[in-house]
Amino acid sequence: MSSATAIARSPALPFVLGVGTLVVALAILELVVSLGLVNPFVMPMPTEVFAALPRLIVEEHAFQRFLLTATEALTAGLLVAIVGIAAGALLYRFVLLRQATETWVAAAASAPTVLLYPLFLVIFGRNSATIVAMGFVAGLAPIILKTLEGLCTTRSVLINVGRSFNLTPSQQFRKILFPAALPTIFVGLRIGLIFTMLNIVGVEFLINFGGLGQLINEMADRYDIPGTYAAILFVVLVSVLVFILIERLERWLRPE
Amino acid sequence: MAETGVTTTQVREPARPFVQPVTLLRIALIVGILALWEALSWSGLLFRDVVPSLLAIGRALIDTFADAGFYFHLYTTTYEIALAMLIGGLSGLVVGLLLGGSPLLSKAYEVYLYYLGPCPKIIFFPLMLLWFGVGPGSKIAMGAISCFFPIALNTAGGMREIDRIFIRVGRSFRANTWQMVTKIYLPAMRYPVINGIRLGLGVALIGTLLAETKLSNRGMGFLVIQAYEFFRMPEMYALLIILFVIAIGANALIGRMGGIATIKRA
Repeated sequence: MSSATAIARSPALPFVLGVGTLVVALAILELVVSLGLVNPFVMPMPTEVFAALPRLIVEEHAFQRFLLTATEALTAGLLVAIVGIAAGALLYRFVLLRQATETWVAAAASAPTVLLYPLFLVIFGRNSATIVAMGFVAGLAPIILKTLEGLCTTRSVLINVGRSFNLTPSQQFRKILFPAALPTIFVGLRIGLIFTMLNIVGVEFLINFGGLGQLINEMADRYDIPGTYAAILFVVLVSVLVFILIERLERWLRPE
Repeated sequence: MAETGVTTTQVREPARPFVQPVTLLRIALIVGILALWEALSWSGLLFRDVVPSLLAIGRALIDTFADAGFYFHLYTTTYEIALAMLIGGLSGLVVGLLLGGSPLLSKAYEVYLYYLGPCPKIIFFPLMLLWFGVGPGSKIAMGAISCFFPIALNTAGGMREIDRIFIRVGRSFRANTWQMVTKIYLPAMRYPVINGIRLGLGVALIGTLLAETKLSNRGMGFLVIQAYEFFRMPEMYALLIILFVIAIGANALIGRMGGIATIKRA
């Protein structure tokens, strides 16, 4: 994960090479499509795609859609954080419960939960509740596991300090265990939030409901080819920006 | 795609009771959940069949396995995922080796892969439909795109972490590039690569199956969405159980392969 920071601090040559390759590739694509070597109904010219971007924002309300998706993601993320950290703390507190269920949680973390979306459609209907629930299910397991990992790897020196101060169990948790586990919990929150957002956009696309995911679906259904490309580009750019933001936030919040 | 670590704790008691308390708790939890499920199904609190009786799900499971048509769909999905893993995995491996081997290429291009990696891949499905048609081609493409990223990033990362001494040994034996790749690089980085393949298989499975639920006329995803559209809930549960068992099983199997590789090294 530190590769991105290493890349960010490097001198300009690699950056120019990366951006240059991108620009040259787009220029070649433009030439190939305008010469008619590729069917424009399959691959529009990059300039057409960029030209479609303002249309998405003005006519298709791309920013309002982004806000809707962001609200859903934050709701699901908040639920995931509350339930996940609480569940992690519970598993830490009751060793037997942890021994019995930790492999189950790990299995759930690797399970393709997004495939459950037809099931959630039946239970909640085709509305925001389904989308939030899908996001919740996707992000929960990583946070439980990371909270548990953080609490379990608290240095015994710190725990002994708490004991020597005669802290009550709740003080011990609030003053020692939780702060010590916080960096690991933030890693879990980042992973969980990314899973949540991923699934929310994906489910919006699949059930054709809600914000950014639906935008792509609508453009594709209208057979608006430059619009489809532009919508996908928009969603990719938005997700990349959000990832960068989450990374910055984690680094800023993380107590060193 | 980051990996979520698992902390395993083993407690050895001096005197072992006949049934371990952990096993007992597990059985109690499973029985409790199943009993709750059955009670919910009979209570009538939810719409009929949203939570079908366990008996109905069991019957649907048996019916599914007895149905000859099911194996055609299972074969289609397996074949799609296998091809997706072959295409996406090999290209991911090659790109990962290139990026891991050259600091310049890594600095120039890896940041794009790093940030594209966690994007929701399913949104590219309309493009795959345009490029590869509505048949299995677009599903294979979805799976290949999905698994390319974790495999490429893990390979590149693994290659950078190889102990320099292995590379010097290879050089001093005057190994050529092919020999360096097959004898030094790949064996030394098998653990991150296997981990990449494990993550890649998970997302390839998701990509392929989601694409099948969106638009297709064959495959396991198609069966699930058909069961949904005709409201055959027990059948849908049965199919989802089969898919989850396959997915979790494959993940555990590859994870174990990685484990064996590290044990042999020690």
